[in-house]
Amino acid sequence: MHPAFSVIFLTTLIGAGQGLFLALMTVQAYADIGALPLPAGSYFGANSMIALALLVAGLVASFFHLGRPERAWRSAAMWRTSWLSREVIVLPIFMGLVFVYGLLHYLGYNPNLFGENAPPQGELTYLVGLLGVIAAFALFICTGMIYGCLKFLQEWSTPLTPINYTLFGIASGFTLATVLTAGMAPELVKFYGGWAIAFTVLAFFTRGASLIRNQRIKHRSTLASAIGVRHAQIQQKAQGAMGGSFNTREYFHGKTAAFLKSIKWVFLVLVFPLPILLLVLGLQNDSGALLGLAFVTQYVGLLAERWFFFAQAKHPQNLYYQTI
Amino acid sequence: MTQLALVIDLNVCVGCHACVTNCKQWNTSGSAGPLVDERPYGKDPTGTFFNRVQTFEVGEFPHTETVHFPKSCLHCEDPPCVPVCPTGASYKRKEDGIVLVDYDKCIGCKYCTWACPYGAREIDEKQQVMKKCTLCVDRIYDETLPEAERKPACVLACPTSARLFGDVHDPESEVSAAIREQGGYPLMPEWGTQPSNHYLPRRKTKMKIHKDELVRTDNPLKKEGHLPKVDENENFLEDTASW
Ligand code: SF4
Ligand code: SF4
Repeated sequence: MHPAFSVIFLTTLIGAGQGLFLALMTVQAYADIGALPLPAGSYFGANSMIALALLVAGLVASFFHLGRPERAWRSAAMWRTSWLSREVIVLPIFMGLVFVYGLLHYLGYNPNLFGENAPPQGELTYLVGLLGVIAAFALFICTGMIYGCLKFLQEWSTPLTPINYTLFGIASGFTLATVLTAGMAPELVKFYGGWAIAFTVLAFFTRGASLIRNQRIKHRSTLASAIGVRHAQIQQKAQGAMGGSFNTREYFHGKTAAFLKSIKWVFLVLVFPLPILLLVLGLQNDSGALLGLAFVTQYVGLLAERWFFFAQAKHPQNLYYQTI
Repeated sequence: MTQLALVIDLNVCVGCHACVTNCKQWNTSGSAGPLVDERPYGKDPTGTFFNRVQTFEVGEFPHTETVHFPKSCLHCEDPPCVPVCPTGASYKRKEDGIVLVDYDKCIGCKYCTWACPYGAREIDEKQQVMKKCTLCVDRIYDETLPEAERKPACVLACPTSARLFGDVHDPESEVSAAIREQGGYPLMPEWGTQPSNHYLPRRKTKMKIHKDELVRTDNPLKKEGHLPKVDENENFLEDTASW
């Protein structure tokens, strides 16, 4: 497939936004049982707005993918069958919840809904936050399934696809939370940093698994089944157009196999070991700069990862477009 | 239920691109607006087509065979392109099984093309909506046309009659008979899309005549007078068949 930068930015940006929100809720949950100090309302407010900004940026990026962005509202229609439609619905719901969550925290409006002494304290934000958590995971699943449900794209058609989307989003979100918290609530930095490393390691295993899986993939369609001629030796001589077509532009990345391979190594280094190293160093030396670098490195790595994710997928239609 | 479709005879197609040309002409002149052509006289012309003829070479020289392969939307019975469309712009008509795109609803997200294993959909880079073969839905029901012309443009254009059009669900139809009797097959059956369009395979028409079949061994009406002389030592058809 030809990697579209609009989609690369969309998926990486909203992933980080979702992860950041989940990080905030994790701290609130821990604080609620007294395992962590509860940061001030402004802390939640500010970070929620940053998560929201990432989501908005992703949404803006997604519009560049559409040929007719002015009709985008129509895409909520087919939620019964289309994962894309579901994503289009869940994303604004999630954005709304993040906004309300942040606002409530910022205003300090957090009444106890179920009586004064019943835990958790401050149920209103907790409730909104829990709904947000559900929406965040639903969004991860929608995004992943947009790719995972296409069974002909065998590289994508695996449960590992939504799992990877989820773990990458969470890992980058926690890394970002670590950076942001370094300035605002230093006592939580180690907590976030630890989880960021844990999720990055987890994502390494699941993405590694999908890389191994894809390396061994046996494509079910062949030129023989594509044109229905049972012969082992078939060669295309003409594809019916000399100046290329949508089919050649949309489905071929146009780069060499060596380039593809190098991008794989670039992302394998930038997403996993380097950010972990930077996180560890940043946590040890209390260096916000190193932590910031960890996030930037990981995010750039995720851009490469997403590029590779698209470029690696071989669409069966390519069988019809081998030679001019 | 009706399922309109094309049956394309690869044994007959000569790869002349007449269907491509007529398809483009008809569908670029319709009410849906032109099918874009970019740099039509430049060195790398490109544009949107519903139908393309490709050429494949099967076998190894000198034992090769050239297969011309017309390719358009197959109007799948279970079209994977339809459920993924977020807007409902892509749909399959109940009444005749044609898969269509509503150009007024399409947002140009291209998701449907990802879901079509055949690469049958092409975006119109000018209108930025998805386009694909409509089976000339704007002509096959047009009662102002003489009945013989109520067929897709490609079918009418084909000089070798390699393209048949009809209802593949009606066992009596020409297309069903062709599929049944001439080994019609679908493309990429492995994905369960159940394409409605079928292809008829290349055929070799050869006849093997044994020497003894050239000699009459019986002549009940004695029309030709004497029984023909035969070589006693040879095996006759009736020797072999008399058991
Ligand atoms: S050939 Fe492709 S575009 Fe046509 S109905 Fe089948 S899946 Fe859809
Ligand atoms: S490009 Fe148009 S027809 Fe295709 S999935 Fe998107 S909205 Fe539907």
